[in-house]
Amino acid sequence: MSMFKKGEKKEMPGISSGSLSDIVFMLLFFFMVTTQMRETENKVVVKIPQASESVKLERKDLSSYINIGTPIRSLQAQYGTDARIQLNDSFKTVDDIRDFVAAERDSKSEADRSFMTICIRADQDVRMGIITDVKQELRRCSALKIMYSARKGE
Amino acid sequence: MAKKTPAINSSSTADIAFLLLCYFLMTTTMGSQTGLSRRLPPMPDPNQKVEDQKVNRRNIIIVKINSADRILAGSEPIDVSQLKDKIKIFLTNPTDDPNLPVMEPTEIEGLGNRKVSKGVISLQNDRGTSYQAYIAVQNELVKAVNELRDEASMREFGKKFLALDEDQQKIIKNVVPQQISEAEPKDVGKRR
Repeated sequence: MSMFKKGEKKEMPGISSGSLSDIVFMLLFFFMVTTQMRETENKVVVKIPQASESVKLERKDLSSYINIGTPIRSLQAQYGTDARIQLNDSFKTVDDIRDFVAAERDSKSEADRSFMTICIRADQDVRMGIITDVKQELRRCSALKIMYSARKGE
Repeated sequence: MAKKTPAINSSSTADIAFLLLCYFLMTTTMGSQTGLSRRLPPMPDPNQKVEDQKVNRRNIIIVKINSADRILAGSEPIDVSQLKDKIKIFLTNPTDDPNLPVMEPTEIEGLGNRKVSKGVISLQNDRGTSYQAYIAVQNELVKAVNELRDEASMREFGKKFLALDEDQQKIIKNVVPQQISEAEPKDVGKRR
């Protein structure tokens, strides 16, 4: 019995918390390196469909996004539940895509313009009609490199 | 003799770091954009006369998706799970079927004479097709081509397609081209 009671008199040494900050900083750097700044606020709900053959986007800085989906719940009263197109930060129609593409193209450097990719992020329940319209408009502005966003899976 | 400085209490640096961490967690997104890459055909010139781009009938397979997400490949209704095999048969024509595409012997740089399929997959969808079904079909088409490319690179270089270097991949892409055309929008099988 006395064996167990031996340590009772000793004081517990305080755990040094100085290294805790190092650990947290390490976490911080991990997230800083692996993530990127969120550029726009999502105003539409986008549940991306799954595709096993999806490949990584090569040049993330050269891509611009077109979000298509139903407006988020808080905006449904204003915009309804029909699928809408979101460019940058606001709801737009198909006709605005021309200006959007022109603006995006201008923001890229001269050499990279031909590699610009339009990323179509559409909800999986969206009907193809709206996407076909978008595609036709993109063809009209000769932004031909597109990508259908899809999750890797299965 | 300098005065001994008292140790600075460092326990709060962790809190500061946590604050920063939370900030970055909130404002950034995990950056893994994946998807299916496609090249749209350029818009036809309105001044140009509609020239009949005559593709031999045997060289084309039309995959249609209607508004109820049913798939028609060639002339028969088919399930998504069978689509890949059908496309693979279409693109390889193993039995020299006169109804399947011509396998044209082509001179390929670095390899010599290889048979290259002239098959084109034409994908048509309805305005009412769901995006999910459309992506599923696109995925199957890409999968068929990818598997054929894997087979070709195993045959030619003894490696998987993704393990090849850039030049070899280019060669294989010539042997197995990915010819998927997204046709002009049409209303097929409209029910509403």
